[in-house]
Amino acid sequence: MQTIYILWLRQLKRYFRSKARIIGSLGQPILFFFSLGFGMNPIYQKAGGGNYIQFLAPGIIAMGIIFTALFSGIEIIWDRQFGFLKETLVAPTSRLKIMIGRTLGGATVASFQGIMVLALSFLLGFRFQNVLLLPVALIFIFLIALLFTGIGTAIASILKDMQGFQLIMNFLVMPLFFLSGALFPLEGLPKTLSIIASLNPLSYGVDGLRGSLINSAHFGMSTDLIILSILTGLILVLGAYLFSKIEV
Amino acid sequence: MIEVSNLTKKFNGFTAVDDISFTVGKGEIFAFLGPNGAGKTTTIKILTTLLRPTSGKIILNGKDVTKDKYQVRCSFGIVFQDPSLDDELTAYENMEFHGVIYHVPKKIRRERIEQLLKFVELWDRKDDLVKKFSGGMKRRLEVARGLIHHPKILFLDEPTLGLDPQTRNHIWNYIKDLNKQEGMTIFFTTHYMEEAEKAAQKVAVIDHGKIVARGTPSELKQQTNTASLEDAFLALTGTTIREEESNHIDHMRAHRRFMR
Ligand SMILES: Nc1ncnc2c1ncn2[C@@H]1O[C@H](COP(=O)(O)OP(=O)(O)OP(=O)(O)O)[C@@H](O)[C@H]1O
Ligand SMILES: [Mg+2]
Repeated sequence: MQTIYILWLRQLKRYFRSKARIIGSLGQPILFFFSLGFGMNPIYQKAGGGNYIQFLAPGIIAMGIIFTALFSGIEIIWDRQFGFLKETLVAPTSRLKIMIGRTLGGATVASFQGIMVLALSFLLGFRFQNVLLLPVALIFIFLIALLFTGIGTAIASILKDMQGFQLIMNFLVMPLFFLSGALFPLEGLPKTLSIIASLNPLSYGVDGLRGSLINSAHFGMSTDLIILSILTGLILVLGAYLFSKIEV
Repeated sequence: MIEVSNLTKKFNGFTAVDDISFTVGKGEIFAFLGPNGAGKTTTIKILTTLLRPTSGKIILNGKDVTKDKYQVRCSFGIVFQDPSLDDELTAYENMEFHGVIYHVPKKIRRERIEQLLKFVELWDRKDDLVKKFSGGMKRRLEVARGLIHHPKILFLDEPTLGLDPQTRNHIWNYIKDLNKQEGMTIFFTTHYMEEAEKAAQKVAVIDHGKIVARGTPSELKQQTNTASLEDAFLALTGTTIREEESNHIDHMRAHRRFMR
């Protein structure tokens, strides 16, 4: 228990000590809000979609979470390069506990990031549909954070250095984000895009956030919750397995 | 305490450790010596479960290193040759982290951390981030960290690398004390031969992945008919600089690639 706690604490300390990282990671959401949000809002409203900022905010929150979460998972590669990873790997502690502590820490940090983006969107005019559902939104925030920290951990356990990272960003993370319905409604899509979106785990995260924040879910919140939980479970098991096989 | 038989480690066809066997007794101070690139660190990584051997059998404290990893990890401590601190944490936090993941009870942990940080003269810098430390300070912190818990076997991979003579002496006295009082087995590498001569009861010399000599320091001197361990070492491993050797190996590798 104490082991998990100290690993969790380490992730938090590292995050809160790099002010540049916190502020920097708010830049992207702000850019999206201004360019897409305010830029597309008139057209979106004319097409009868309602307020685009309302629609977009959950997607941007999800974006904030996944980038921070993946980065936290990927930090294992830095630890490997700076040598600290060895120190944890030879300790008389199960690697499962180490992985759990790290992942919970990463997910906590990413959730915090999601909440910051939520606060930011509030400043930019976003309003909750039903404040009572806020705890549900927090659950979705945490699940997305956990899922993507897990994905980051799994990837980082296989990669030896940062070189493969760009590849992962371009061929995994960007498609996951852009094809998740974070930016557009899932209703009335062309068939192929619709199928791709329904195979994308992030779609369910974004959808759950939309359900709980603006009361408009495409799949339904319980479907979102179930699918997201199962996927998160699977990814964590995979991540734990790959992490236990790491050699230095 | 440590039994290694026919250990071999290959990295993509390059043999870093070549069929070595040796034993280290309980409570022994054992020096593992060899020129750069001989295979010392690789051997230590295998003994400490960080790398899987290509072949061979290793028993540490009665447990198989490839099978009972967890029990093996419970029996040793290690100071790595390469950096292994978290730069974004303070000196104290690095120590605390280590103490917790090695399950040292809180009271003992706090006492030892204070005592060790004072010992390596970092107590007044304990709340500074490690990234602000000099190389020698980092090394002192790593050594101090390795001594928080008292394992049955302590691996030290060039523990005194880059430290001044005063500190080196100081640290060796501490380690020898631990060995005497707690019967801790010490397995270390170093390039300071006078250090090995003073501290080690047994020595093994490894070169190009093979063990070329074993025995007490005086036995090695006798065998080679030399006056100091340093001369014995040179007599055993030759006087060519290993950079050339590795160039040679690189050439061979390039050649092999070319041939394919
Ligand atoms: N991960 C690796 N991949 C490929 N080759 C490696 C790897 N690690 C070590 N080697 C090679 O194995 C050989 C032995 O390296 P090792 O680090 O064990 O030497 P060493 O005896 O500790 O040397 P030094 O005194 O310089 O620390 C070297 O030729 C090195 O290039
Ligand atoms: Mg070495």
